Amino acid sequence: MNYHWNWAIFGELSPDGIHTYFQTLLLGTGWTLTTAACAWVVALVLGSLVGVLRTTPFPWAVRLGNAYVELFRNIPLLVQMFLWYFVVPEIVPRGVGNWLKQLPDASFYTAVVALGLYMSARVAEQVRAGTLSLPRGQRLAGLAVGLTLPQVYFYVLLPMTYRIILPPLTSELLNTIKNSAVALTIGLMELTARARAMQEFSFQVFEAFTAATVIYIVINIVVTFAMRLIEHRVAVPGYLGLKAPAAGH
Amino acid sequence: MFANFDFDVILRSLPYLFYQGMTFTLLLTALATLGGIVVGTLLALMRLSGVSFLNLPAAAYVNLMRSVPFVLMIFWFYFLVPYIGQWITRSPQPLQVGAFASCLITFTLFEAAFFCEIMRAGIQSIPRGQVAAAEALGMTYPKTMGYIVLPQAFRNMVPVLLTQTIVLFQDTSLVYVLSVTDFLGAASKIAQRDGRLVEMYIFAACIYFLVSLGASHLVRQLQHRIAIIR
Amino acid sequence: MIKIDRVSKWYGPVQVLKDCSAAVARGEVVVVCGPSGSGKSTLIKCVNGLEPFQKGTITVDGVSVSDRKTNLPKLRARIGMVFQHFELFPHLTVRRNLTLPQVKVLHRARDGAEKKAMQLLDRVGLRDHADKFPGQLSGGQQQRVAIARALAMDPIAMLFDEPTSALDPEMIQEVLDVMVGLARDGMTMIVVTHEMGFARKVADRVVFVDQGEIVEDAPTADFFAKPRSQRAQLFLSKILQQ
Repeated sequence: MNYHWNWAIFGELSPDGIHTYFQTLLLGTGWTLTTAACAWVVALVLGSLVGVLRTTPFPWAVRLGNAYVELFRNIPLLVQMFLWYFVVPEIVPRGVGNWLKQLPDASFYTAVVALGLYMSARVAEQVRAGTLSLPRGQRLAGLAVGLTLPQVYFYVLLPMTYRIILPPLTSELLNTIKNSAVALTIGLMELTARARAMQEFSFQVFEAFTAATVIYIVINIVVTFAMRLIEHRVAVPGYLGLKAPAAGH
Repeated sequence: MFANFDFDVILRSLPYLFYQGMTFTLLLTALATLGGIVVGTLLALMRLSGVSFLNLPAAAYVNLMRSVPFVLMIFWFYFLVPYIGQWITRSPQPLQVGAFASCLITFTLFEAAFFCEIMRAGIQSIPRGQVAAAEALGMTYPKTMGYIVLPQAFRNMVPVLLTQTIVLFQDTSLVYVLSVTDFLGAASKIAQRDGRLVEMYIFAACIYFLVSLGASHLVRQLQHRIAIIR
Repeated sequence: MIKIDRVSKWYGPVQVLKDCSAAVARGEVVVVCGPSGSGKSTLIKCVNGLEPFQKGTITVDGVSVSDRKTNLPKLRARIGMVFQHFELFPHLTVRRNLTLPQVKVLHRARDGAEKKAMQLLDRVGLRDHADKFPGQLSGGQQQRVAIARALAMDPIAMLFDEPTSALDPEMIQEVLDVMVGLARDGMTMIVVTHEMGFARKVADRVVFVDQGEIVEDAPTADFFAKPRSQRAQLFLSKILQQ
């Protein structure tokens, strides 16, 4: 094998002159986590809303929710990112477009919006499945006691729904973190982008990618562990959860 | 806003987009799906074998593939495959694999991890009694798996397998990071050459949307017809 | 023909079979009964090696089941088994359910296998259902097909694990009739069942199992007339009340 190993490369200075390669990887990790966290918030909020809409007894709401999910599920994430980054600034009114193009960290905001909306469709699916798995009597009991429909969702249905869907939601959170890497195509210098840059400048391909791989694995373990802790904390005694279907990625 | 929308660029580039780009995409999807299911089923059998020597490596592989972004794996395989090729064929230089071959290997091996989990669920959903009945008739493990368990597992999992294929179809767009000309890559090339990003990307989005939506629809219909009555 | 010699089995720390011994001669029909959880199903599954056991030996036609050198699939092909939940292969037609084991395990020619399959379907009264799928048949029909499937292998003995327990009452008789026919034709049978009418009709001996032990093993008439142990008496009184 002609490859020249050099694990000390991590301590060497990167082309920007200020940070070592290792530090650039850490910076990248920071961007990965921040992007994923913000996108996840967007996904949770919008996804819950749409998921709830799809379980209401109003056909128009269900159709709207379904259309939303189909839209964001059937276009690849990369294409969605391109649409937000390249197309949207061109088709909005000129003033807004110019402002968008001059935004510092434009790729960050674009990535958050694109990733957030993409994942929100998947969260909506989980919320819908979880809510529908509850016994039908729950909704009726809530209404019978005099709660309005929004109150029934807020106080009766959603608390149980979220507990039930914690495992598949954990999956989706991990997917969000992984999918943040796609944003390297629009210029976000997250972890994978940094590893690629390190590989391009230092030619130490395997060291760079191994480091990135290890970091992703560690993030994975930490997040899984944390979510499991949350699951235990919020579990309702005596209730057996739902086994939701396996997600793609 | 859409005053300058140039439909012409789309029409002009249709041949290139579909003959070069879409065929690449569809070919990659089809071959990676087949390869992925084969490797995935093998991995699933390894994981369910109860033999640590088979179980642990398979589990480690699947968990690794599921922990790491696909984009990173694309880079990994792009650089790794020439070296592995060199080691296998004992040539003095790293083996030059074409872009398509490299992508095919990457996609097959990556998606195999997901197909593995699907097949594992499928195999485990077959009642134990079926295995007992097959064994009682004198069937060995390979025969039991081949004639009784896997056929049923496959039938049950076809909708999920097809859905994963649709995910694969969308994921092929990621070969963009290697500047490979799949459908999105082709659209991108035209967009940059002619300065028509808006038209090309919207068009690409529409095509992906229609194909994925259509395929999902077909899968849902198939689901009704293929269920094995128990 | 079948010799069970001081067999003991543990599931982890729990002992489910305690020093069980019994023998079944060629052509004998033995009914095994007992309360639920007594271990009777486990015992019968040990006979063809579907359940492993830690102590003791079981020999079928001279072949030891627990011996490591024994070719289990080959032995199992000679012993027929009928399950409580029928366990027909749902993705295959009735015909194929019967021919697949013959062709793939016994390596019979397809024609011969088909002929035998139709012969047996005739015998159990289901000739017209050959090309249906198990899901399209009633429970009683499925169980009869399952018996035919086991018979297609030309077994030297048949094991029945609660064959009628999962059937609706009106279908029990059609299955029992087939089994009575088999017994009268001289098949060696071990039947785990609650159907005492069947036992009285065709069983040569009754074995009573309770809490993993063989408590009684007596000729049918003796068992019903004067069961020796108190546990057997208790069991009989509960069952025969119906």
